[in-house]
Amino acid sequence: MVPFNLLVLVCLLYVLLLFLIAFAAAKRAETGQLGWLRSPWVYTLSLSIYCTAWTFYGAVGYAARSGLEYVTIYLGPTLVMVGWWWFLRKLVRVGRTQRVTSIADLISSRYGKSNLLGVIVTLMAVIGTTPYIALQLKSVTLSFAVFASNQPEGGTMPDLNATALWVATGLALFTVLFGTRNLDANERHHGVVTAIALEAIVKLAALLAVGVFVVWGLAEGPADMLARIDASPVSGWDLRGGRWVTLIFLSAVAFISLPRMFQVLVVENSDERHLATASWAFPLYLFLISLFVVPIAVTGLAVLPAGTNPDLFVLTLPLSQGAEGLAMLAFLGGFSSATSMVIVAAIALSTMVSNHIVMPVWLSLRGSRASMSGDVRGVVLQARRLSIGAILLLGYLYFRFSGGGEALAAIGLISFAGVAQVLPALVGGLFWRGATRNGAAAGLLLGFAVWAYTMFIPSFGESALMSAELLTEGPFAIGWLRPHALFGIGGLDPLVHAVFWSMTLNTIAFVTGSLLSFPGPMERLQGAQFVNVFDHTGAARGWSGGAAEAEDLLVMSQRILGSKEAQALFQAEARSQGRGGYLPDVTPDFIERLERELTGSVGAATAHAMLGQIVGGSSVSVQDLMAVADETAQMLEYSNRLEAKSRELARTARQLRDANEKLTELSVQKDAFLSQISHELRTPMTSIRAFSEILLQDGAMSAAKQKDYAGIIHDETIRLTRLLDDLLDLSVLEAGQVQLNIQSANLRDILDRALVATQSGERATGLRIFRDVASEDIELQTDTDRLCQVFINLISNAQKYCDAASPELRIRARSSGDHLEVDLSDNGCGIPEKSQDMIFEKFSRLSDEARAGGAGLGLAICREIMLNLGGRVEYLPGQGGAAFRVIVPFAPGPAAAQGPSGAS
Amino acid sequence: MDNRILLIEDEPNISEAIRFILQRDGYLVDMHSDGATALAAVAQKHPGMVILDVMLPNRSGFDILRDLRANDATAGLPVLILTARGQDKDRDLAMRLGASRFITKPFSNADVLTAVRELIAP
Repeated sequence: MVPFNLLVLVCLLYVLLLFLIAFAAAKRAETGQLGWLRSPWVYTLSLSIYCTAWTFYGAVGYAARSGLEYVTIYLGPTLVMVGWWWFLRKLVRVGRTQRVTSIADLISSRYGKSNLLGVIVTLMAVIGTTPYIALQLKSVTLSFAVFASNQPEGGTMPDLNATALWVATGLALFTVLFGTRNLDANERHHGVVTAIALEAIVKLAALLAVGVFVVWGLAEGPADMLARIDASPVSGWDLRGGRWVTLIFLSAVAFISLPRMFQVLVVENSDERHLATASWAFPLYLFLISLFVVPIAVTGLAVLPAGTNPDLFVLTLPLSQGAEGLAMLAFLGGFSSATSMVIVAAIALSTMVSNHIVMPVWLSLRGSRASMSGDVRGVVLQARRLSIGAILLLGYLYFRFSGGGEALAAIGLISFAGVAQVLPALVGGLFWRGATRNGAAAGLLLGFAVWAYTMFIPSFGESALMSAELLTEGPFAIGWLRPHALFGIGGLDPLVHAVFWSMTLNTIAFVTGSLLSFPGPMERLQGAQFVNVFDHTGAARGWSGGAAEAEDLLVMSQRILGSKEAQALFQAEARSQGRGGYLPDVTPDFIERLERELTGSVGAATAHAMLGQIVGGSSVSVQDLMAVADETAQMLEYSNRLEAKSRELARTARQLRDANEKLTELSVQKDAFLSQISHELRTPMTSIRAFSEILLQDGAMSAAKQKDYAGIIHDETIRLTRLLDDLLDLSVLEAGQVQLNIQSANLRDILDRALVATQSGERATGLRIFRDVASEDIELQTDTDRLCQVFINLISNAQKYCDAASPELRIRARSSGDHLEVDLSDNGCGIPEKSQDMIFEKFSRLSDEARAGGAGLGLAICREIMLNLGGRVEYLPGQGGAAFRVIVPFAPGPAAAQGPSGAS
Repeated sequence: MDNRILLIEDEPNISEAIRFILQRDGYLVDMHSDGATALAAVAQKHPGMVILDVMLPNRSGFDILRDLRANDATAGLPVLILTARGQDKDRDLAMRLGASRFITKPFSNADVLTAVRELIAP
C-alpha cells in the first residue's frame, strides 16, 4: 500500500519540480535565451491541456458507460487540426497582428473594440469554465480519496472538501506566481507553458503505462485484448448519430473557443509555423492518449468488483493489481491533467476579467487621472491576481454545491456547450464582413441564456434555482418552455436538445441582428482587418477589386470627410452606377471624384498618396492609413479652431477699426473745437490788446473817449471770463462728473429765480415775459441751480436773438406722466430749418449771434445739464418764433441721483 | 483815392480799434461787417486796399479773397488778411490765395500800421 503521506509528499515534490521548471524557463525567457522554449513541440504539447482530468479519468468512465462515444471528444479537435488548419491559421494570424489577449478581446476587437461584447464573453467564459474547474478539483479529490480508502487503518480518510480547498489554494498560488509576472497578456508565459508541456508528457506517459500494463500485463497482448473487447458490453452499445454529431461538433468548437485553448493556441503562439507541426503532432498525441481507453475500460469492468466508479479505473486497476508505482504514476498523470488545465484557464480568465471588467470600471471611477498616474500596472496585476483567486473560489463553490454526483464527462460537456456560444460571433467575425456588434451581442446573449436555461442551471439538480416541477412542467406550467423540451420538441437527448436550440437561436439572432444593424466605421475597419487579415499584411497583394475595396475607401473617406458626407458620396455614386447600398464599383472615374473630394480636406498630395496606396496596392497597412486619417481629423479640428481664432481676430480688428474711426472722428472734432476755442478767445483779446495799446500810446485823447475805450476793454474781459466759465462748465457736464444737488423744489420758484437773474442790471432788455403762474405750481426733485441755469440760458437767448419789434416770451408748464414739460417760445423769426439740427452743438452760433456776445455754448450747456438731470431740451419747430421745450422728470432716475458715471 | 481802406470785420470793437489807429495815421476807413455783401462793397467803394477778416458771417474771408483775385478789376488790390485763426495751414492757404499780408489776432497796432503803410501810402 502506498502510504497516504507518501502520496502527498510525491505530490508536493512533483509540484516543486513544476515550480523549478517553470521558474527556470521564465528566467531563460527573461534573459532572451528562448531556444527550445520556442520549439513547435512545446507548442504542441501545451495544446494538450485540452486533455484534462476529464480526458485522463473520464474517458475511461465514458467508454465504460457509453462505449465508443468518448472518441468524439478526440475527433472534434482532430478534425479541426487536420481539416480546419486554414481557420486556425487565420485565427492565429489575427490574434498576432491585433495583439489579441483573450477570446473576449478578439470578439470585442473584431466588433469595433466594443467593451460590451468583451464583458459578455468574459462573463460567459467565467460561467462556462467554472464547472470545468470544479471538474478538475473533483477528479483530484477523488483520486486522493482512492488512495486514502486503501489505507490499512482507514481512519485517516481525509475530508474531500478540505482536499479540494487545499488543491484550489495551491493552484491559485502557482498561477499567481507564474501567470501574473508580465503585464502584457500577449507576452508569452514561457514558464507556465513549459511546465504544461512537461505535464503533457507525464500524463501521456502515465496513461500509456497503464495501457501497456493492461494489454501486456493483465491481458496477453493486443490480440487477446481485442477478443476481450469483443466479449465486453462496451462494444455492444449503439452509435447514436445525433449525439455523435453533436459531440464532435461541441468538442471541435470547444477546442477553438475554450478560454484556455485560445490562450495556448493563439495567445501563447510564438510562431505561426508551429501550427504546421501541431496539425499532425497533436492529433497523434490525441490518438496515443485515447489508444488504451477502451482496453482499460473493458478490463476494469471485467476485473474490478461491480459498482466501482469507472471514472477511476485508471487508478484502481493498477492498485487492485498491487502495481503501486504505476498507480502513483497514474495519479501524477491525473494530477497533471487537472492542474495544467486549471492554471491556464485561470490565467486566461483572469486576463479577461481584468481587461474587460476591472480596468474599465477602475478607469471610469478614477476618471481621466487614471491614465496619468503610475499605478495602472499595479492595478492590473492586482486585478489579475484577485481574479485568479475568485475564479478558483467559484470552481470550488461549484464543486461543493453541484451535488458532486455527476459523471465527469457530463460536467465537461456543460462547459463545452457554454463556451461554444462564442462560435457564431467568432466565425462570422472572421469570415463575414457584414457581421455587426449588435448581431454578435444578440446572438451571444440569446445563445447563452438558452444554454443556461436548458443545461447549466438544471445541472445543479433539484435546487433552489430550478425546481423539479419547473423541469417537468415548464415555468408557470407552460409546457413548451420546459428546459429539456423547448417549443414542445421532447424526447431528444438533453445535450443534443440544449446544443441544438442554443446554437440555432444564437446563430439566427446573430445573423438577423447583423443584417438589421449598420456597422460603425471602427467596426467596419476592424471587420476588414479580421476578414482580410492575410490580404492586408501580405506584402505585395494589397487592395484590388470588389466590394472590399469600396468599403475600405468608404472607411477611409469617412475619417476624412466625416461619416455622413462620405456615406452620401458613396451612396450617390452607387446609385449612379445603378446599384443599391453604399458600395459602388470602384471605377477610375469614381476614384478621381473621390480624390477631388479628399483633396478638399487633406490637400492634393496627401489625398493622391492615400488613394494611390489603397488603389495601387502598396504594402502600407490600413492602420498606417488610418493613422494618417486620424491626423487629418486632428488637423481639421486644429484648422477649425484656427478658423474660429481667425474669425475672432477679424472681429477684434473690426472693433479696433471702429474704435480707430471713432478716435479719428473725435480727433477731428477736437481739432475743430480747439480751432473754435482759439478763435473765440482771440477775438475779445484782440479788442483788449488793440484798445489798451491805443490808451497807452495816445496821450492826447479826450477823457470821454478814454472812458469809452476802457469800457470796451472791461466788457471784453467779462466776455472772456464768461467764455472760460462756460467752457469749464461744459467740460464737467460732458464728462458726467457733475455733482448734482438734488432737492425738493417748486417749478414756479425756479422760474422766478431765472427771471430775476435775467432781468436785473445790465442784462435787462425790452423782452416781455408772459407766464401762466397757476400751471407752474409743480413740485419736483431736481438740482434747482442747474435747472435754473437752463432757464436763464433760454431766456437770455430770447433776449439776445428775438428780433421782433416788441419781443415777447411765453412760458407754459404742464405735467405729463412722470415728467413735466416747460415750453419757452418767443415771437421772433425763429431758427431756420437747416440750422435746427445743429443749434445744440458747441459753437453752433448762427450767423449774426456774435453781435449779442454769445460764444455759442449756451444751448450745448443746456443740453448737457438736461441729460445730467435725466431729462432733455428740444427745439419745437413751427411755433412762429424760436420755441424750446424743457422736459424734466419729477424725480431723477438712479443714475441721475448718483450723478452720471463716477461722480466723485 | 489811394489812401482809402475798406475794413471788412464783423466784430464791432475790433473794427473800432482798427479804424481809430488807421484814421489817426491819415487813412480813410470804410467799414463793412457782412461776408455776403463784401464784394459789392469793394466794387462800390473802390478802396486802395482791403483789410479782410476770415470768420465772417455768411461768407468766409478766403472765399472773398479768391473772388477778388479772380476778378481783373481787383486782382492787384492789396489785401491784408487779419484773422483769429492763426495756424500755419491758414497762413499757407491765405498766401496761396493771393493775400498781400497775413496778420493773426490779437495783433500789435504797430504791426498793422506797418503792413498797411507798405501796401498803400496814407
